[in-house]
Amino acid sequence: MSDLTSQNYIRISASTLTPPSTRRHEDQVAKLIDTSRCIGCKACQAACMEWNDLRQEIGRFEGSYDNPSDLSPSVWTLMRFSEWEDEKGKLEWLIRKDGCMHCEDPGCLKACPAPGAIVQYANGIVDFISENCIGCGYCVKGCPFDIPRISKADHKSYKCTLCSDRVAVGLEPACVKACPTGAIMFGAKTDMQDWAGERVADLKSRGFEHAGLYDPPGVGGTHVMYVLHHADQPSIYAGLPDAPRISPLVALWKGVVKPLSIFGIALAALAGFFHWIVEGPNEVGPEDEAKARELTGAGEKSR
Amino acid sequence: MTRPPGTLVRNTTFARINHWITAGCFVLLVLSGLSMFHPMLYFLSQLFGGGQWARAVHPWIGTVLTVSYLGLIVQFWRENLWTRDDTAWMRAIGRVLANREEGVPELERFNAGQKFVFWFMALLVPVLFFTGLLIWEVYFGSATSIETQRIAVLIHSLAAIAAIIIWITHVYAAIWVRGSVRSMTQGYVTPAWAWRHHRKWLRRLIASGSPGPTTDTRR
Repeated sequence: MSDLTSQNYIRISASTLTPPSTRRHEDQVAKLIDTSRCIGCKACQAACMEWNDLRQEIGRFEGSYDNPSDLSPSVWTLMRFSEWEDEKGKLEWLIRKDGCMHCEDPGCLKACPAPGAIVQYANGIVDFISENCIGCGYCVKGCPFDIPRISKADHKSYKCTLCSDRVAVGLEPACVKACPTGAIMFGAKTDMQDWAGERVADLKSRGFEHAGLYDPPGVGGTHVMYVLHHADQPSIYAGLPDAPRISPLVALWKGVVKPLSIFGIALAALAGFFHWIVEGPNEVGPEDEAKARELTGAGEKSR
Repeated sequence: MTRPPGTLVRNTTFARINHWITAGCFVLLVLSGLSMFHPMLYFLSQLFGGGQWARAVHPWIGTVLTVSYLGLIVQFWRENLWTRDDTAWMRAIGRVLANREEGVPELERFNAGQKFVFWFMALLVPVLFFTGLLIWEVYFGSATSIETQRIAVLIHSLAAIAAIIIWITHVYAAIWVRGSVRSMTQGYVTPAWAWRHHRKWLRRLIASGSPGPTTDTRR
């Protein structure tokens, strides 16, 4: 996505400065995906392709309804189909629309080394600003959901923008617009949580006792949430992480290691400088020269 | 290179070329690597034509350095083996650092400090190379799991920082011990320099009548 937005940034990748904040009262937005109302029609995928003008190359049949088979630089959202049997052997066909979760605490943004390549707007949307992207793939390592994909053509990272260009002008994301069953809803995050509450109550009344809202606290909550009929085991929905969080390895790498390393390097340089100031150069003296002359002379004689 | 008469060959022409290829690569790797490590150093990527170029060129330079450092290992490993003299020299490190080298054990061609640099780099360069391969997005981005790459990038960063600190020590020691820089640029040292810093090496050269590690037999 291009940086043409009129929305405030609240986070900017690889920046040590506080982003400017001139506008106020921006609502936190969220997309709510109700897996219990999804019929797997892929209208959302088609709408995403259409609005963002993305065309994935025709692939091969992989033995599953997933088509294309995975997210890619030109596949920003994907229906993932899972056949799951409960403990009584009852088969359920679980369908989950996969894509960027727009974490409140985005691992991609934390890991990104290019200033301004990943931003978060005040409304919560996490966006990639492609002209600043250097194609290093650190966002892939930072993401707890395995979402970003690096293009082999232009070496830039791509993912769902939550249609930040549409949202900025008061429209809902393209997938929401296209969904024929109302399984994808969009609005203020609080409204979406309220609506999800009604849906969960309804599902519970119909026997899905573990129905619930997926808004994982490990990443500070997300701006894409799921209503799941089996919220006690998210991973049955094509590997949705049970308790996603930024990997402690990434947190270590982008946390203490960064300042400590700069400190260590500076310390080594300063130690050298002050050794020089205190002790000065180690120079060959006249006595070394005399001794060496003595030795080389002796060497020549003995030969 | 014309060597003044009476001086000793410290490093052969081949070794010097090999060293400076390694050194040049190392400096470029530090600059491009740090630009991707800390946001305040991102401006360094401009030296390479921007972030995309710094990201693209870094692994290639690393590959050249790895091959180049292998050349140094082949040439120098034997004379960098640890000896009892090194242990004794390390015990007297305080005197060495204070520029008072009287009574410090006599040394062969390399001292313990030089051997530390050599062996640490001999460990760190392959570690950096292999972890670097795992996070070389363009070619190996999908070769390993994301979790493996998370471990690799962390080890790569830590190993790089260790290598940079060792490199600073190495460069400072060369500036501090006068005559060392010339031994790697023009390749020769005076007998007095050898007497002061590598007396056993000097005695060996004199005993064998050799001017140092070279095919040049002129004394």
